[in-house]
Amino acid sequence: MDKKLERILPRVQKPARYVGGEYNAVVKDRARVDLRVAFCFPDTYEIGMSNLGMRILYGVMNQMEGVWCERVFAPWGDMEAEMRENHIPLYALESGDGVAGFDVVAFSLGYEMAYSNVLNMLDLAGLPLRSTDRPGLGPLVVAGGTCAYNPEPLAPFIDFFVLGEGEEVTPEYLQLYRRAKAEGWSKGRFLRAAAQIEGIYVPAFCAPIYKEDGTLAEMRAVEGSGAPETVRKRIVEDMDSAYFPVETIIPSTEIVHDRVMLELFRGCIRGCRFCQAGYVYRPVRNRSREQLADQGIRACQDSGYQEMTLSSLSTSDYPDLVGLCDDLEGYCVGHHVNLNLPSLRADNFSMALAQRLSRGRKAGLTFAPEAGTQRLRDAINKNLTEEDLLQSVRTAFSNGWSAVKLYFMLGLPTETDADVLGIADLARKVYFAWRECAANRARGVRITVSTSWFVPKPHTAFQWEAQITRAEYQRRVDLLRDAFQRDKSITYNWHDPETSYLEAVLARGDRRLADVLEAAWRRGARMDAWSEYFDFQRWVDALAECGVDGDFYAHRERSRYEVLPWCRIDTGVTPAFLRRERQRCYDSKTTPDCRTQCSGCGASRLLKGGVCNG
Amino acid sequence: MADYRLTFSKEGRAVWISHLDLLRTFQRAFIRAGLVVRHSQGFHPHPVMSFVLPLSVGQSSACELLDFSTEGALEEASLPQRLNDCLPEGIRALACAAPVKPVRELDGLLADVSLCYDSGVPAGAAEAIAATLLGESVIVAKRNKKKQLADTDIRPMIRAVTAEAGEDRLVLHAAVQAQNPGVNPGLLAAAVERHLPFLRPDAVQVRRRALLDRSGEPFR
Repeated sequence: MDKKLERILPRVQKPARYVGGEYNAVVKDRARVDLRVAFCFPDTYEIGMSNLGMRILYGVMNQMEGVWCERVFAPWGDMEAEMRENHIPLYALESGDGVAGFDVVAFSLGYEMAYSNVLNMLDLAGLPLRSTDRPGLGPLVVAGGTCAYNPEPLAPFIDFFVLGEGEEVTPEYLQLYRRAKAEGWSKGRFLRAAAQIEGIYVPAFCAPIYKEDGTLAEMRAVEGSGAPETVRKRIVEDMDSAYFPVETIIPSTEIVHDRVMLELFRGCIRGCRFCQAGYVYRPVRNRSREQLADQGIRACQDSGYQEMTLSSLSTSDYPDLVGLCDDLEGYCVGHHVNLNLPSLRADNFSMALAQRLSRGRKAGLTFAPEAGTQRLRDAINKNLTEEDLLQSVRTAFSNGWSAVKLYFMLGLPTETDADVLGIADLARKVYFAWRECAANRARGVRITVSTSWFVPKPHTAFQWEAQITRAEYQRRVDLLRDAFQRDKSITYNWHDPETSYLEAVLARGDRRLADVLEAAWRRGARMDAWSEYFDFQRWVDALAECGVDGDFYAHRERSRYEVLPWCRIDTGVTPAFLRRERQRCYDSKTTPDCRTQCSGCGASRLLKGGVCNG
Repeated sequence: MADYRLTFSKEGRAVWISHLDLLRTFQRAFIRAGLVVRHSQGFHPHPVMSFVLPLSVGQSSACELLDFSTEGALEEASLPQRLNDCLPEGIRALACAAPVKPVRELDGLLADVSLCYDSGVPAGAAEAIAATLLGESVIVAKRNKKKQLADTDIRPMIRAVTAEAGEDRLVLHAAVQAQNPGVNPGLLAAAVERHLPFLRPDAVQVRRRALLDRSGEPFR
C-alpha cells in the first residue's frame, strides 16, 4: 500500500472504504492487461457499492481478456482534505494506481445531485475538467446511467455518453478503444468511430443553437462528424442470457444495501406519468423464475449474506412472484436468510405475500399512493384505488404490522387544494383501518406521511410541465401540516425544497448549465446529496455568476413545439406517445398497464420480435 | 466456553477492517465455507462468535483468536484451508482447536511498535525512549469508562520494553498486560509523544505478535 496513504488512513473516518481488498475484488496482473478502466461512482463507497448496475458492468468488463476494471468512489470530506494536502491523486481501489493513468474513466450517473462529485473526482484525479482540455486519446472520460438520458448539463466534461443498458455496448466501445490505442488513433478519429456504435452520444458532435428568448432553436449535428441524427438507447433483449453477478464483491465494511440483490426484471408495465424510470427502462423484460431461483441461492452461498432483496421497479408485477418465493423459501428458511420484497404495489399486496413476509421481522411497510385523491391518481396514471390501498393496510395490520409509511408528491400537474387535503383524508382512513384490524391495539400505530416536491423529468409525459414555485410548494405543505394538526398517530415530513429545485434545474437543463456546475464546484459544491455538505447558496451564487436563471429551467412550462435539450436521445418511447399521455392526464383518463393492453409507446421496436414479454 | 478457537492473522489492507466489520466478515466467511455457526436463542438470534482480544483498527496481528461454536462437530485440521478460500485479502486462518483456557486467563501480549522517522532515527532515541517507558510513571491521555479523556499511568501495565533502532524506524518490542486493566500498545507511542515531544515519530505502526497466559506461554 502507498506509504502516504497508510499515514493518512488512521486519521479518517471508516478507512476500510478506501483500501479495497474485499472478497471477490478482481486483481489482475498489470503486465497482462492492455486496457484499464476506472469505474467511478460519484458518491461514497457505501452508496456506490450498493448499486447493482455497477456490479454488473464490473463483472462484464473483468470477464474480458486483457481488460482490468477497477472501482473508484468519491472520498468523504475528511479523506478528500487529507488527499489534497498530501498530494494523493484519486486512485482505484484494486491496484491503488492513480486514475489519470487509466485508459477509460467511466462514470455512473444515478442522480443530478452527484454532478458536482463528477467534477470533483476528475479534479482529484488530476484530469482537466473539460473534454477539449484533454486532447489525447486517453484517458477517455465516459458516462452512463439514468442521468445520461439528458446529458447536456455535463456535455462539455464528458467525451461520450452511453445510453441505456451497458452489458453489450460496453465491450463494443472497449474493443474499439483497444484498436484505436494499438493503431495510434487521435481522439477525434476515435470519437467519430464511436459515434457509429448504437447507444453512444458524443456531445461534441451536437451543437445547441439558441433563440433570443433563451429556448433552443435546434440541436445541430456537427458537419463532418458522421454522427447519427438521434441516438437510440441500448437494451439487453434476453435477460436470461444476460450476465448476472452471482459472484460479486462483498465489502468488508457495512454498505447501504448490504445484501444479495436479485434483479427480477427490467422495465415496468405501469406507466405512471411522472416516472422517468417507468418510461426509459421500457420494454419490460423478465428473468425466468428457474434462473432467478438458481442465481439467488448461489449468490447467497457465495456471498454469505443472510438477506436477499427481490428488486425491480415494481416487484409485485413479476408474473410468478409467489412461485419464485416458493422456490427460494426452502433455502432461505434452512439458512436463516431473510427475503425482502421492496417496491410492492398496494393494489396486489396479497395475503400470501404478507404471511410469507411476516415470518421474518416486521419492519415497517411503505406504500406510495403519490396523490391524495382518486382524480389525481388517475391523472398521473397511478392505477391504485383507495379501496386497494385500504385493503392492503388492513391485511398488513391484521398480520401484526404497526408502522406504515405513505409517500406522496406535491405539485403534480392539475393538483388542487382538494387533492392536497385528500392526502390527510387518506392517511386518516389508514388510521381507521388500523383501529378496525389491528392485531394488537396496545402496541399503537405509527403512520408517517412524507411529501416531496414534484420534479418534472425528461422523457416523461410531464417533461413539458412547470415545477410549481417554491412559495406555492410551501403553501401546500403548510395546508397539509395544518390539516394533520390533530392527528397524534400521524407524523408528517416534507422534503427539503432546495435540493428539489436544483434537481428540477439540472434534470431538464441544457448545456449552459455546465458553466453553472463548474462555478458551483469552484465555490466548494460536492456531495450535494448529503445535507452535511449541501449549501444552496453556492448554487444561487453560481447561477448568478453565470447569468443563468434557474427558474427558466424549473418553473417554466415548455410549449409542445419547443426543442428540448434531450431531443437527440431516443429511449424507444415516442414523443407522440408522451404527448398523448400528457393530454390524458388533463382529461383524468388512465392508460391500462402493458399487460392488460399495449398502448403503443414505441418501446417494442427495440426488440427484434417487436413484441414485449411484459 | 466456545467449542472452537481459531487463530488467524490480520495484515495488509485488512488491518483497516474494524471490529464489528470483522465479525460480519467472519460470519459470511463461515457461511461461504458451508459451516453452520450456532446461533443464540432468543428473539433476535445471532451467531455465537467472539474475538478474544479485539484489535484496534490499523494494527496488524499474527495471533488473533476467534472463539465460536458450531452446530455439529467439524474437522479442525482442514478448517483453516476451508476458511482461507472464503476470506478477504489480508486475513489468514492459521489453526483451529478447542480452547485450552478461558478468556479470563489471558494475561499478557507481545507487540512491536514501530516509530517511523522519515529523516532517520534521532541519535540516542532508543535509550531515551526505553528509559522513559520503564521510568517511574508513564502518563497518557486515555478514554475512561465514561468515554472521557483522562490522564492515566500505564506504567504498571508495561512489563518489558526494548528499543531497537534501525535506519528510519525504531522498533519497540513490548510486553504489556492484556486485561484487567489492559493497555493498547499503541499508547506507548502516545507516551513517547507526550514525554519526549522532540522524538515525536512521523508515523506509528503496531503489530501484535503473541497473546500469553499467566505462565508466559502462548495463550490457547
